Amino acid sequence: MRQNACVHCGSDCGKSPVVWNEKSFCCHGCRTVYEILHEKDLGQYYEIQPMSGIRIENAQQLKKFAFLDNQEIAEKLLDFKDGTSSRVSFFIPTVHCASCIWLLEHLNTLHPGIAYSDVNFPKKEVHITFRNDLLSLRQLAELLAAIHYVPEITLNHLEGKKAAKTNRALLVKIGIASFSFLNIMMYSFPEYLPGGDLLEQDFKHTFGWLSFVLILPVVFYSANDYYLSAWKGLKHKIINIDLPITLGIIALFLQSSWEVFNGNGIGYMDSLAGLLFFLLIGKWYQGKTYQALSFERDYKSYFPVAVTKLDAQNEELIVPIKDLIKGDRILVRNQELVPADSRIILGKGNIDYSFVTGEALPVAKNEGDYIYAGGRQVGSSIQMEVEKEVEQSYLTQLWNQKSTKEDDSPLQNHVNTVSHYFTIIILIIAFTSFFYWAKDSISTAVYVFTSVLIIACPCALALTVPFTFGSTMRAFGRRGFYLKKTEVIEQLYRTSSIVFDKTGTITINREVDVVYQGEALSSDEKSCIRSMVRHSTHPLSTTLHTFLNPCQMVEPESYEEISGLGITGLVKGVRINLGSKAFVTGEAESDAITESRVYISFNNALKGYFTISNVYREGLSEVINRLAKKYTLHLISGDNEAERQRLTAIFGQGTNLHFNQSPTDKKAYVQNLKEKGDKVLMIGDGLNDAGALASSNTGITIADDVFSFSPACDAIMTADMFGKIDSFMRFTRISFAVVRLSFFISLVYNLVGLSFAVSANLSPLVAAILMPLSSISVVVFATLSISLLSKHFLPRI
Amino acid sequence: MAAIIFLIFLGIIVAGGFLAAFIWAVRSGQYDDDYSPSVRMLFDKKEKAAEEKTKEETQSTTITKN
Repeated sequence: MRQNACVHCGSDCGKSPVVWNEKSFCCHGCRTVYEILHEKDLGQYYEIQPMSGIRIENAQQLKKFAFLDNQEIAEKLLDFKDGTSSRVSFFIPTVHCASCIWLLEHLNTLHPGIAYSDVNFPKKEVHITFRNDLLSLRQLAELLAAIHYVPEITLNHLEGKKAAKTNRALLVKIGIASFSFLNIMMYSFPEYLPGGDLLEQDFKHTFGWLSFVLILPVVFYSANDYYLSAWKGLKHKIINIDLPITLGIIALFLQSSWEVFNGNGIGYMDSLAGLLFFLLIGKWYQGKTYQALSFERDYKSYFPVAVTKLDAQNEELIVPIKDLIKGDRILVRNQELVPADSRIILGKGNIDYSFVTGEALPVAKNEGDYIYAGGRQVGSSIQMEVEKEVEQSYLTQLWNQKSTKEDDSPLQNHVNTVSHYFTIIILIIAFTSFFYWAKDSISTAVYVFTSVLIIACPCALALTVPFTFGSTMRAFGRRGFYLKKTEVIEQLYRTSSIVFDKTGTITINREVDVVYQGEALSSDEKSCIRSMVRHSTHPLSTTLHTFLNPCQMVEPESYEEISGLGITGLVKGVRINLGSKAFVTGEAESDAITESRVYISFNNALKGYFTISNVYREGLSEVINRLAKKYTLHLISGDNEAERQRLTAIFGQGTNLHFNQSPTDKKAYVQNLKEKGDKVLMIGDGLNDAGALASSNTGITIADDVFSFSPACDAIMTADMFGKIDSFMRFTRISFAVVRLSFFISLVYNLVGLSFAVSANLSPLVAAILMPLSSISVVVFATLSISLLSKHFLPRI
Repeated sequence: MAAIIFLIFLGIIVAGGFLAAFIWAVRSGQYDDDYSPSVRMLFDKKEKAAEEKTKEETQSTTITKN
């Protein structure tokens, strides 16, 4: 355990910790939570997992639940309500450990109004039943916020209710298949033993009919996804892997039923049930999803549920966001979002667009300025007049544009190409051997025909991809790179061009680099400057204020801020001017300079200027260098050309660097590349990339906190893995090599099986051994090789 | 030999019972969260007394309200 670590959250307490009850804390927020828990005797929270508490930097966040008093909103959020109690589900992104579960399930100790609470950890949800007479929904949310588990309530939670539960259906299918498989295997077993032929006829009949009954739910319920998928493929004129599987299932079922009806035993019922059991397991393994991550977010999961509206008498009303109409006056407080395109009518705007553009510095806005929805106000509250309704706002419309990805039609992927040829060859073999045997006996010919379809059923082939890519996806996920589904691996593999966004993607969010150029400043002069900028809320001033820390503060004798130009003041008798070049020196800034500069003069003598620029991510130039060898790189940025030189140095001369791109430009750029035949990987972060991410072949979002908001995409990557993108890209090629090898193994098994089938020697016993054996060996090969290779080729965990 | 047939049917009924139990478990959402229960069972129950106390308090408050 580190010295000087906060008892609650484990961060460094610094030089002057907050001390309470002989324990030291990093801030008053953490102390308060500790105090609450200590008072209610919930100290065990800190024992299960030490220092697991959540630190909240901005106390403003804790008091934004007033909208829950609105009945209409509250009703929609509740899962259930009767006279005495209600039940609600909250999404709490900060849930992360065993201690969290413990505390959230002991909420009843914290407040008598809470009857019962339980946590769904993978979804990061807590379900709470509470008593209406003792606690309101708002109080409940505030209670959770007080212990720093701030529920996230967005527009999305109000509208679409819970996601579909397809996973449950799959589990039921697996359960039924395994039940039938194990029972049928038991009935088939006597036939495989020496002397099995001597089994009494009665038994054969009974076992045959029992198996027939047991196989029905497997064939008609558990397997129905395969028929649907094969049919869908045929409709799009694509032969996918599910077509030969469907043919195999039908052949197995018909052949075996025929034998049962004729009293000849139970045929291949055990192989059929086993085949479907294995296939469904593969499907389940492939279908792993990161439930707490959301890849499908649109503006609804970003926007608040309600806003404060001002009526004609200046009374504050809380209204649902969808009820806003043009001309409404709204109040946007510190840390609140601007919900619709609007104009400032009162107050000073200081809009933080970091979620939208990734830009670290907030933008200063004045009365009368037009503000796009999506920005966050930092500073005092502002009054605004709504210009466009939420649905029609500029950015909302951009996010709502349907992605051009054809999600419904089956992808023309690697497996489908293989299965296309595979199916054709199998059909040719089946018909050839049918006609060959038909000369002698029609019944043998039919038997051979079905045998070929049975043994060629590409079970192993179909399991290769789920297990190889499923393991790859898990290996990526453990390293902080979360894929939406396994198909993304194939899309990454096919990538030919990579498009980067600049701000927030290759630069670090919320961090800037300040460089001073000019006559050296004495510490006295620095303290004068710092004392000046302290009084200004302009983003550049706040940046300088932090940059010049630590410095002694003095009170300026006079101070004036000239909006849009700079600040001027008198400190210790010295006239100091700070601001744009035009303001400080009187000369206009040359057009060539596009970076942010703050000039300083002391008694009208120019001292120098501060340059404020972005900080690039660690290892950027190395990763770009490695990627440039394989892919064409592009950079599209919404910013001006200020950093062109620095970026050319990193990206190399030939790269396409584009500046001043609007969100629509970015989208068009990506679409244009795609039309030229490039397979585009877009790497972005903010909402302004949402259009480009959606129209690319693969969209990766870089996020500092993967559970907080990110635009719709195919994969989410934690920011510290950015420097390792190339090793993930390389690993997709390794995965493909494993897939090809596994294909080869399963084809060898198929060849062996086919040699039995065409010679009319395929007994149920051979099928019962060969089919599971091939499946299991492919599964073992695929998972083992991926887990070994990932240790070697992927970054260490 | 009839014994074997009887046993087989018995076997199906028992196995079918388990299948029904499994389907019920899936439907009731027990497989939705496969992490929290594994942690939950490790929590000590030492605060049980305190919990009961609050329960009593809750009850007494309702009584007084009524």
